[in-house]
Amino acid sequence: MMVERPLDILAVALAIYGGAALLSLILPRRLLGIVYPACILAAILACAADLSVLAGQADFKAQLPIGLPSVGLRFRLDGLAAFFGFIVNLGIAASSLYGIGIGKADLSKRIEPFYPAFCAAMNTVLLADDAFGFLFFWELMSLSSWALVVARHEEAECRKAGYVYLIMAAMGTAALLFAFGGMAGAAGGYGFDAIRAHKLTPLISALVLVAALFGTGSKAGIMPLHAWLPLAHPAAPSHVSALMSGVMTKVAVYAIIRIVFDLLADPPWWWSLPFIILGAATAVGGLLYAVQDRDLKRVLAYSTIENIGIIFAGLGLAIAFKATGIVAAAAVAMAAALLHSLNHSWFKSLLFLGAGAVLHATGRRDLDGLGGLIQRMPKTAFFWLIGALSISALPPLNGFVSEWLLFQAVLAGPGFPEPILRFLSPVLGAMLALAAGLAAACFVRAFGTVFLGRPRSKDAAEAHEVPFVQTLAIGLLAVLCILGGLFGGFSAYAIGPLLKTLAGTELTGLLNGPTKLSLIAFDPERSIYDAPTIALFVTLSSITTMLFVHLVSNRRTRRAPAWDCGFPDASPATQYTASSFSQPLRRVYKGVVLGAVESLDMPPPGDLRPGHFSVRFYDYAWRNLYAAPAEALLAVATRFNAFQFLTIRRYLVLMFCTLIALLIVTAVWM
Amino acid sequence: MASQIQSFMAQGAQMFLVLAVAPAAAGITRKVKARLTRRQGPPVIQVYRDLLKLIRKDSVLAGNASWFFRSAPYVIFALTWVATALVPTFASGLMFNWAADVVALVALIGAARVLLALAAMDVGTSFGGIGSSREMMIASLAEPATLLVVLTTALTAGTTRLPEVAQFLISQPLEIRVSFALAFVALSMVALAENARIPVDNPATHLELTMVHEAMVLEYSGRHLAMIEAAAHLKLVLYISLIICLFLPFGMAPLEGEPIVWMIGLGAYLAKVCFSAVALGVWEVSIAKMRVFRVSEFLGSAFVFSFLAILLAFLSREVLR
Repeated sequence: MMVERPLDILAVALAIYGGAALLSLILPRRLLGIVYPACILAAILACAADLSVLAGQADFKAQLPIGLPSVGLRFRLDGLAAFFGFIVNLGIAASSLYGIGIGKADLSKRIEPFYPAFCAAMNTVLLADDAFGFLFFWELMSLSSWALVVARHEEAECRKAGYVYLIMAAMGTAALLFAFGGMAGAAGGYGFDAIRAHKLTPLISALVLVAALFGTGSKAGIMPLHAWLPLAHPAAPSHVSALMSGVMTKVAVYAIIRIVFDLLADPPWWWSLPFIILGAATAVGGLLYAVQDRDLKRVLAYSTIENIGIIFAGLGLAIAFKATGIVAAAAVAMAAALLHSLNHSWFKSLLFLGAGAVLHATGRRDLDGLGGLIQRMPKTAFFWLIGALSISALPPLNGFVSEWLLFQAVLAGPGFPEPILRFLSPVLGAMLALAAGLAAACFVRAFGTVFLGRPRSKDAAEAHEVPFVQTLAIGLLAVLCILGGLFGGFSAYAIGPLLKTLAGTELTGLLNGPTKLSLIAFDPERSIYDAPTIALFVTLSSITTMLFVHLVSNRRTRRAPAWDCGFPDASPATQYTASSFSQPLRRVYKGVVLGAVESLDMPPPGDLRPGHFSVRFYDYAWRNLYAAPAEALLAVATRFNAFQFLTIRRYLVLMFCTLIALLIVTAVWM
Repeated sequence: MASQIQSFMAQGAQMFLVLAVAPAAAGITRKVKARLTRRQGPPVIQVYRDLLKLIRKDSVLAGNASWFFRSAPYVIFALTWVATALVPTFASGLMFNWAADVVALVALIGAARVLLALAAMDVGTSFGGIGSSREMMIASLAEPATLLVVLTTALTAGTTRLPEVAQFLISQPLEIRVSFALAFVALSMVALAENARIPVDNPATHLELTMVHEAMVLEYSGRHLAMIEAAAHLKLVLYISLIICLFLPFGMAPLEGEPIVWMIGLGAYLAKVCFSAVALGVWEVSIAKMRVFRVSEFLGSAFVFSFLAILLAFLSREVLR
């Protein structure tokens, strides 16, 4: 399907988003639900436009006579913007479908007007073709999502989340402002084409890289700039959490790709170092927190941090391979990063929407109060299981496709001429392997405690399945996860033109395999992964086995109380909780990276008071990089507070002293 | 076409070969252990009888067991079976082993493990939770170590496809590579942990707070238990085959072989599996089980070995660029 004017269609979609936002300002509260069908319509239109551009690879430009003088407001839709536009709008479609199921009582003037605005802002960030427009829409995206985070402002937790998010977003935008300022230079051509033409000195471009990494990394959740994610993503309503975690982080990934691979172009090899090091550390660090946290949505937020780490590591490898001229491997690494962005947006949206369903059905999201929901919410449980298996990178689901590509890229590492990169790539491989193992543990724990076992609270025991449209939204994402896993080779083929522009070549081996659907990184002799065949084999052998067993066995099944080694305990409190599940892992990694404090209060023999055991854990980054400077600042400010209430004589003395000091400085300086 | 038929037959033969060999390997290990501790021990064929007996018995499910608990054993078995069938054993030219390279193979084993760990939590007993949580702790160290080991060999051979790795190693002159020695040690340690063997876990124990695998499958009975047990036997053969394929592929038949070469390959493979099963038995009686929390040190050192192996492979000059 070729669309003649994709940008026009996108304009229509944006108009629908904007119209829905404005309309919801004047509509009565009970009619606010109308924004969700509108957003679905807009998202479908935008997806169609994005897909047609991705297939055709032509650029489309438009310019509006507002914005900076002589620059105007420029829009451009190219392959990169279309790819991320597809991610964004598909996520919006799923979240909005879920949103249709939101009850009338939960509609609010604090959520529904900002939701379409947030959707529109994410789309326009991708389209912006000048620095001013980019930063404006970026800030709009931050602010509209901030408004959604503080929607439940009556809760202190949300207010804190909103406060931290606002500070981080402001700092991120400020950093991006410096980055674009540096790229535009003193002459100040703020259109992206002028920035591309402007050549930078190595020092300036390094500073630009640092600023850009700070700006986009703080939005995406690169450690140690991640601290706001586990606060803000869970605080928002669940369908907004899905958008923030699954989609908005990808807009940040888009921004860093746009800056490094397009605007700066031809980055030197050492630029890959911060990407690889931060990416690997973020991947493992994010999971170590995810595997400890006891709040379902916080677990998901920490897992987002991990996945962003994987994407950044992939980008780092792509930079390194491209700079050293190994384009085939650069394409593999780039494909891994892009496909992981796509795949992560699907399963993370699924998991967050599922968590929303659990929250809606039980009113709680603490892992230790849930359990047994597979009985009460069978559909949600099944879809969530698929999401959990996908994110744990298990074949034949979609998470494994990008993981596999990334390992193939790591394996091309011995080709690096630079010893540092040759040393770093096995380290990255080890960290990624560790992350894969931990991800499985994290999601076995999450699924196991929420959906399996016996209900740990009355709320969980009386849960009910959510409305049909909500399970439909979650189910469609689960289907996408399966299809994305089976047809990973096709996805890699579809982004071929994009890989060609970003990395220099596409995955050339793709169609040379035994079947057209095989995923092949370099050539079929070297590495190959064929999900459909594996899925077929596993399905066939399960069915054969089942038939055989049913033929031989007596097929009788009896129900009885659980065996539990002969001592079953009726109390659900005897089950393993999420905290007990992670205890062995806590013990292994304690002291290395985890700030976990276990305290045990064991009464001496004869004492009748109950024993107590508690675990607290804190984020190292939060304590040392955020809380400590904030306290220091507060302490200094308190000291300076004394200057506020001086008599006029003292103020005059102060001014006099300052004057003298300045004069001395000037005298010495001259 | 002839080679296609041949490789198809090889694939089919392999699927049933591993299925037939798996209980025997477990039986041999059990017998060796019994003899070394001066017991008679059950005959090797007892393992087959046990499986058949379990299949024929009623299955008793806990009252609150869900559909997941009932269907998981079949999928776990199928995943393990497919994974085992994809490792070249007696011949390298299998019809379908192009479908998954080593990375995918490790992930397939991971999928089976995740499903088992989840199934263990389904009924909501404390033992299931213990087993599941410990299994995932062990896996979080064992899986990366396995991955690094297979990547080390893949790096040296220049391919992640197992048949090509095996062919490459056969074609090379016999020499000691430090990275391979480290990788071998690491993979053997991981294999012990993954198959719930001493010193990490004790396959013969019950009602002990140190158990891992047995705690997970405690609620299973009848045909479901038979599936889980069969999958466990298969997994042992899988790891033995993987070690053989990566480190001792000698005697393996190439695709275009005469029937006699295939027979030699089969004989060599069976001999190697027998030897490994005996060695495992000897190892198990000569060492004590360690505390659960020392397992992390054991596997941590496996991880370090595998990391050193891949580091050496990356930095050494013998790697094909």
